[in-house]
Amino acid sequence: MQIVAQIVFLIALVFGISFFVRNIKKMLRNIKLGKTIDRSDNPSERWSKTLRIAFGQSKMVRKPVSGFLHVIVYLGFIIINIEVLEIIIDGLFGTHRVLSFMGGFYNVLIGIFEVLALLVFIGVIIFWIRRNVLNIYRFLSRELKGWPKNDANYILYFEMVLMTLFLVMNAADYQLQINGAVHYAHEGGIIGGFPISQFIAPLFEGLSNSTLIIIERGAWWLHIIGILFFLNYLYYSKHLHILLAFPNVYFSKLKPKGEMDNVEAVKKEVALMMDPNADPFAAPPEGEEEGEPEKFGASDVMDLNQVQLLNSYTCTECGRCTAECPANQTGKKLSPRKIMMDTRDRLEEVGDNINKNGKFEDDGKQLLDDYILREELWACTTCNACVEACPIGIDPLSIILEMRRYLVMEQSAAPNELAVSLTNIENNGAPWPYNQMDRLNWAKEN
Amino acid sequence: MAEAIKVPTMAEYMAEGKKPEVLFWVGCAGSFDDRAKKITKAFVKLLNEAGVDFAVLGTEESCTGDPAKRAGNEFLFQMQAAMNIEVLNGYEIKKVVTACPHCFNTIKNEYPSLGGNYQVMHHTQFLKSLLNEGRLKVEGGKFKGKRITFHDPCYLGRANGEYEAPRDLLKKLEVELIEMRKCKSNGLCCGAGGAQMFKEPEPGNKDVNVARTEQAMETNPEIIAAGCPFCNTMMTDGVKSKEKEDSVAVMDVAEMIANANDL
Repeated sequence: MQIVAQIVFLIALVFGISFFVRNIKKMLRNIKLGKTIDRSDNPSERWSKTLRIAFGQSKMVRKPVSGFLHVIVYLGFIIINIEVLEIIIDGLFGTHRVLSFMGGFYNVLIGIFEVLALLVFIGVIIFWIRRNVLNIYRFLSRELKGWPKNDANYILYFEMVLMTLFLVMNAADYQLQINGAVHYAHEGGIIGGFPISQFIAPLFEGLSNSTLIIIERGAWWLHIIGILFFLNYLYYSKHLHILLAFPNVYFSKLKPKGEMDNVEAVKKEVALMMDPNADPFAAPPEGEEEGEPEKFGASDVMDLNQVQLLNSYTCTECGRCTAECPANQTGKKLSPRKIMMDTRDRLEEVGDNINKNGKFEDDGKQLLDDYILREELWACTTCNACVEACPIGIDPLSIILEMRRYLVMEQSAAPNELAVSLTNIENNGAPWPYNQMDRLNWAKEN
Repeated sequence: MAEAIKVPTMAEYMAEGKKPEVLFWVGCAGSFDDRAKKITKAFVKLLNEAGVDFAVLGTEESCTGDPAKRAGNEFLFQMQAAMNIEVLNGYEIKKVVTACPHCFNTIKNEYPSLGGNYQVMHHTQFLKSLLNEGRLKVEGGKFKGKRITFHDPCYLGRANGEYEAPRDLLKKLEVELIEMRKCKSNGLCCGAGGAQMFKEPEPGNKDVNVARTEQAMETNPEIIAAGCPFCNTMMTDGVKSKEKEDSVAVMDVAEMIANANDL
């Protein structure tokens, strides 16, 4: 009987992990559809930023309430996972509480897990209330209607159930030890610390040992299967940030926020224009094919860079960006969070298209217009509030800028008044129609 | 008031075979916008007061390309940058000061990879250095004890991490500095950036400058201090929309210092 359980466990574990790996590979392939971008510079600064912002959660706590709760859930997630290690060993080798040889330290450890499990449970309840009861601006946006809202709630329910199962398992175990059940009780007394579950255990008083074993085993199995299920749910949810936040912060921009990249393709063109010796009609040098001219800006996900695509998978839709956005606050359609959600949705659509057809077949859709509207793009003030607000280094502004580049350079589709200003800059070196020769007139006026 | 201010150009310096200590990049707003011209003049008066050997490009200056870049016209931006860098490098400019955070950001951050490498300072940073060197004296006087709030320009603050220079200057003026609930890295934009200055706002339920002015009004200020000609325009319009222009002034930090020094 024991060996059957071990085999079932092994199958569940292998299936759960391999399905997850398969999806992660798909995600990496999708990210690689983007343009390459070199973010290998300054590794020491990148590591320190990752330690501070991702591991240290330094930007999370800028909002004290949600930040504090998040730190609890984060610590709970990391520390309770040590327990998962024990569960996996027990499951594979048919042992029970294999790490208990550590004695007193083990008891303390299990005690800490229990306290954290309770804190996580409470934290998640408060998160649920914030999302569903309190009218918090960033949870009311139109882009959260439907699936995103349900998705967020499913994740919270999941965490509640996992924490409950963990505590119920311990409570049943504790009661079995008190009852002196075979395989559970030890001569040296109680194994494990049960500061929380000892208050659940009285509910089990009077139950037969066999019933208690069913409860204990049931909770154990549901807990580990739940964890494997949750692992695989990540890819289909907004919740990949628990893994991707770390690489995302590592690869985030180190330069001043105000600095926007100078497009290389344009540099070449401008250099050619500025060179008095350049021959505009020159044939390409011998042996070089005249390639298709490079597309400027982005109208679809393949035109974005790999860090921008990683950003889209990392976004957990917390909406701190949108809450800080001046355009969003004044009722405009732009929401930086929606920019990230749209990018990911379109990337997934392109990925599915590749899965189906072997390579990308034109589906008559693109990120621009079918997902992100021009009205959203033109509402941005490039103020960087969204970039500053993101706790894990996502840069929605860079995507907005790439898409504006496409609109202006490929389509000449700037809003009218803006187009006039750009023409003024081109003709007389100022956004207003003043002559460059009048630039110093102010010095003579009184 | 009527005495003409001294504004030498780089061409004049070149003709005399001299080089100034710093180039004052005036910017389009500072050159053409009636409100911003007052800031330009106030800053020039302070430069003269401190005995700074400076020059402007005058008719050789052209838009840095900031609005073009942020509107998505990278071509136009790089053309503007190339022309300006050619002029600046031709004069062997080493140090640039400007009263416009957009020019500041563009020249400081985006010109280097296009061949333009200069030490670039925002005018509040430069004035602070003059103060520290003892070349400029700032006394409270007129502004002592006045309730003043400072609006952070996005391209000075968040974009380049400079929050203290303008505040240090205001403290020298012995004002009662009251921060808005959204300030420094959390500051709300005035609504002009990203080329919004040059287009109609997208449909919404409020203008950004009005929203920001409301935040400023919560501090019940006598003066809203600014450090950017575009913010200045936006906040001035915001104050007008609230019909408070008689009781609340919008002033650049440089104007306040020049005013306190009776320049």
